[in-house]
Amino acid sequence: MSDLKGWKDIPIGGVIDKPATAREYKTGEWRIQRPIIDREKCTNCMQCWLYCPDMAIGGGLDGKKMKLGEVNLDYCKGCGVCAAVCPVNAIEMKSESEFI
Amino acid sequence: MPVKLTVTGAAAVAHAMRQINPDVVAAYPITPQTPIVEYYAGFVSDGIVDTVMVPVESEHSAMSAVVGSAASGARTMTATAANGLALMSEIVYIAASYRLPIVMPIVNRALSGPINIHCDHSDAMMVRDSGWIQFFTENHQEAYDFTIMATKLAEKENVLLPAMVNLDGFITSHGVESFEMLDDEVVREFVGSWNPKYSLLNTKNPVTYGPLDLFDYYFEHHRQQEEAMKNAYKELPGVFEEFEKISGRRYDFLDLYKVDDADYLMVVLNSTASTAKYVVDQLREEGHKVGLVKPQVFTPFPKKEFQQVLNGRKGVVVLDRAMSFGKEAPLYSLVKSSLYEVASRPSLGSYIYGLGGRDTTPEMIREAFEDALQGNLIADEQRYLGLRE
Repeated sequence: MSDLKGWKDIPIGGVIDKPATAREYKTGEWRIQRPIIDREKCTNCMQCWLYCPDMAIGGGLDGKKMKLGEVNLDYCKGCGVCAAVCPVNAIEMKSESEFI
Repeated sequence: MPVKLTVTGAAAVAHAMRQINPDVVAAYPITPQTPIVEYYAGFVSDGIVDTVMVPVESEHSAMSAVVGSAASGARTMTATAANGLALMSEIVYIAASYRLPIVMPIVNRALSGPINIHCDHSDAMMVRDSGWIQFFTENHQEAYDFTIMATKLAEKENVLLPAMVNLDGFITSHGVESFEMLDDEVVREFVGSWNPKYSLLNTKNPVTYGPLDLFDYYFEHHRQQEEAMKNAYKELPGVFEEFEKISGRRYDFLDLYKVDDADYLMVVLNSTASTAKYVVDQLREEGHKVGLVKPQVFTPFPKKEFQQVLNGRKGVVVLDRAMSFGKEAPLYSLVKSSLYEVASRPSLGSYIYGLGGRDTTPEMIREAFEDALQGNLIADEQRYLGLRE
């Protein structure tokens, strides 16, 4: 949150004066765990991508096949749904304190 | 030319609203505010104003509709009282937080229970920290004048805060009295047209009102509200001055009555000030140097003005028409705290009076003054006027 503005520099009343700015609002700040993907175990089944309640797990079509991308930590809240649905246990939730 | 009208206080306020001619009025009738919106609905149905009147099913909806309307850029008003204000209160805070310059006459009434429909100030005090500007008015003339001035102040670019104009339930709202009504054009020119910076209906520059505002910006937005209150305090003398030019009536943060050489002062809000002035006159005839301070502006609280007028006096009695259970009475605690840094503190007394419409007689007012005159004031003792022991 290094780019947060002071009270004199923001529109009054919480008004958002430009459309389509939701992407600029980083919602991953309160995460206490983050998903770590073991690429060797991953089969690119895309269950984690499908079940992520936000859009924190990247990926998409790579040629004709789906391929898992990176985790976008700006939006990952560490809920662990991805790890829970992974059929091959390729995702481990690790404590944020390990990454300080 | 201004004309004299002899009507109820509710009609006086409704006439101020008629002359302001807001784009939208959403309201739910609640005693003793009902006649204001009744009169106003009459003006709408008779085509005298071009306001869109929104009759809603509750006060919560009234304030919600008002917030939506004001956010869309319309000049918007409503009016309420007591439990209606309580039901609105969730949205009352939101109106202030969204910085919507809504003007709302409050016809002061006791907040139950047990059920009571008569005057006291517990409703206004309940929302004293909601971020609204709060005016208190003694009579019809002031209720009318402050409704007009509130509109002017609330819409100032560096203020943009909603404003409440308090008048005493039944005493002012239903009592008939003469007041001077300005010309329609004069009022219209005084308040001017309202050009909001943001509008939900402006499709060229779309905005979002009321987004999620968590720990990252909520604090900053509240700091902005505090700044807006400070600006309201700075802008008020200019508004008073401009209003004097069109009306000849000079207002200030505090209405001072015979204070210049007074050793003993009473502080009281709204209509009781009239009774207190009568008692001040009586006591003056008996040779006592007494005077009265009536705050017209309660929020932003005129701390500096209180310090100036109370510093060096012998005794000050503060009358509250509301209780803060387990704490000092609301007006008293503010007056007391404002005196923390003055050079010469007066002795202070706190008096509760008139709850639930209890009649407040000159004898009761005199009782408080006499405590002061006899040097019998205890700052930490809450006393009661007209209470049966």
